[in-house]
Amino acid sequence: MKAKHQRLILAVAALAALIGAGLLAASALKDEAAYFYAPNDVKTKGVEPGKAIRLGGMVVKGSLKRAGDGVTVHFDVTDGKATVPANFKGITPDLFREGSGVVAEGAFDAAGTFQATNLLAKHDERYMPRELEGMQYDEKSHKMKADR
Amino acid sequence: MIAEAGLAALWLAASLALLQLALAAIGLAGGKSELLGAVRPVAVAQGVLTALAFALLIALFLRSDMSVLLVAANSHSMKPWLYKFAGTWGNHEGSMLLWVTVMGVAGAAVALFERALRRETHMATLGGQAAISLGFYAFLLFASNPFARIDPPAADGQGLNPLLQDPGLAFHPPTLYLGYVGLSVAFSFAVGALLTRQVDAAFARAMRPWVLGAWILLTLGITAGSYWAYYELGWGGWWFWDPVENASLMPWLAATALLHSVTVLATRDALRAWTVMLAVVAFSMSMVGTFLVRSGILTSVHAFAVDPERGTFILALLGIYIGGALALFGWRVGAVREGAPFELVSRETMLVVNNLLLSVILGLVLIGTLYPLLTEAFGHKVSVGAPYFDRIAGPIALALMIVMVLGPLTRWRRDRMREVARRVAVPAVVAGLVFLALAALAWGRIGILPFLGLVIALAVAVGSVAPLWRRNLRRTPLFTWGMVIAHLGCAVSLAGMACDSAFTVEKLVAARPGDTVETAGWTLRFKQILPMAGDNWTALQADMEASRDGGEPVLIHPQSRFFASPPTTTTEAALLTRWNGQLYVVLGQEADEGRWQLRIWWKPFVTLIWLGGFLIALGGALALVGRERRGWLLKWRARRALEAAA
Repeated sequence: MKAKHQRLILAVAALAALIGAGLLAASALKDEAAYFYAPNDVKTKGVEPGKAIRLGGMVVKGSLKRAGDGVTVHFDVTDGKATVPANFKGITPDLFREGSGVVAEGAFDAAGTFQATNLLAKHDERYMPRELEGMQYDEKSHKMKADR
Repeated sequence: MIAEAGLAALWLAASLALLQLALAAIGLAGGKSELLGAVRPVAVAQGVLTALAFALLIALFLRSDMSVLLVAANSHSMKPWLYKFAGTWGNHEGSMLLWVTVMGVAGAAVALFERALRRETHMATLGGQAAISLGFYAFLLFASNPFARIDPPAADGQGLNPLLQDPGLAFHPPTLYLGYVGLSVAFSFAVGALLTRQVDAAFARAMRPWVLGAWILLTLGITAGSYWAYYELGWGGWWFWDPVENASLMPWLAATALLHSVTVLATRDALRAWTVMLAVVAFSMSMVGTFLVRSGILTSVHAFAVDPERGTFILALLGIYIGGALALFGWRVGAVREGAPFELVSRETMLVVNNLLLSVILGLVLIGTLYPLLTEAFGHKVSVGAPYFDRIAGPIALALMIVMVLGPLTRWRRDRMREVARRVAVPAVVAGLVFLALAALAWGRIGILPFLGLVIALAVAVGSVAPLWRRNLRRTPLFTWGMVIAHLGCAVSLAGMACDSAFTVEKLVAARPGDTVETAGWTLRFKQILPMAGDNWTALQADMEASRDGGEPVLIHPQSRFFASPPTTTTEAALLTRWNGQLYVVLGQEADEGRWQLRIWWKPFVTLIWLGGFLIALGGALALVGRERRGWLLKWRARRALEAAA
């Protein structure tokens, strides 16, 4: 085979790989990129049940309840404008408590309850989920402020 | 005084880097070749000075000198000495100093030990290394001075993030950095070769050991980091597709591709331009990784406090170096002569496919990692997580594994399809049999990817040792053994991943002391909860007896640890390793009525994941030793022949 042909074949293969990769990335991102929702986004835009998303907000005071099995918790997540109920089965992060910020990964079930498979909470002042940045809970009004 | 001496050493090293760059540039471009003689000693002195600065910072941490801002912000006098020592690089400034130190020492090593490269290319390489170092010296000295003092001194330090207070900290970051920054040598080689227009087989043979060395360390660092995250975070997972993990995976993928293409260039003098390009890409990925981690721009457990100024600084360095190298590549690539031709059915082609697939995974991981940044610029918050990465990386990695069997069984330059088919018959038959057996046993019970993973893992295991078939094992060169063992390591690792995702059993319960929990053939007797105390922590510890199928019970102690400075709780999982898997027990919080949350996993053959990683690195080490020894032997024989002739 001539060197020219060989280069051509290599270039075509590389181009095909590149295009294939681009298409693959686009389709996978369309399906799998979990959009970040605040409870109000859920209310206004709607999220289909079963779609993997991240839900972020504050845990409503007085809403945290443990189920009889000792390992499932129910809580409500709010952004000050809307509130959605959530469930999580597992060991909750240490800084997960009422009034604290949380980012929950999971999906809504048919009944409209968010079934979280993973909870991201602040580790401490310096290690926090980036989505929670700029969110503050106002102790007096029990409302959440988002400063951006 | 120590801090001032450290800062002085750093400034001096930076000036020497400038001198090194100037000497090389004037010597080569200005034709003043008498200046070139000074480049090597200057490079060595620069390496020594950076190492000194780093040693002085370690001394400050060991002495808990609270008048130094960095120590006060990240250390604590009550901390065990190992974490004072390792805590040196458990923070932004310290880890950047480690980065610069590795870069300086690597440059000194190239100055001292590199003998195969032509003189001008060698000098241009050292000039390139100095140019990269300079940017990072500037970053340290102007934006992240590790030796800054505070007045008055702090009463005590704020402590180290307890998640980092683990022996893993002493090993994982330095190894990873040696790998990351070791790739800067490949980058400088590429720049040097482009400048002097000497890209050929001899250049590839000179570059190969440096690439191999960096790749081995990178492999070890990633393997260690994965195991550390697995046992420390208490989530039972071994890879989270965290941006920082991606940041270490991307240079590894590029270095793996480079390792294979540099072999094609060294053996067959083909793929010249591509190899140079990959060398540039590999270190660029290291720098992109650093930018992602150090700017705190992405969500990550590794992301430290966000500092836009530093982010911008690193972004500028990134633009200068990557842009500069790519521009140089574009300008000079025309001068790189075409390499030797090869047929379509040949090992070269297999390695090209390997390179394409690795590059595609690299590209897709890069897109997934940066996508949230892009969308955020347009006002959408998006997170790209495991579902995306699993879906794209899984299938391509499996395809890569198939090429890995074909490659070593195909001849260089030209081969015949029928011959190749004959040689891969045995692994193919094994794959078929495993497929049928597994389909009969577990069809529909395990996912499609783990299923294919197991089939391909076994085929690769057989295929990777196939090159040894009918060879005299004692006369097989060490580097062939290296390849076989590294490929076998991939099969072992893949088998571990597939077993973990297919067969792991998880149980989540709330239990009282005195209760017995059964899962996956294990019986766990929960005896009691006890308070414990360590040097700088207190803990609640569960005493449990674990026995499998009525065997001898073993005591295990999962803990929940509380650190006062900074106030944080960590889980210390109890791990019980058996030949066929690991029992992983996490103690959670106290539920109501004196019950405690327990999360229990039985993970069959999960340890194969890291054993495989270790084998891959071992294979690399054997190849490195084998190549070096052969070069040394050849030289020795040539000298003896000369002496005999005289």
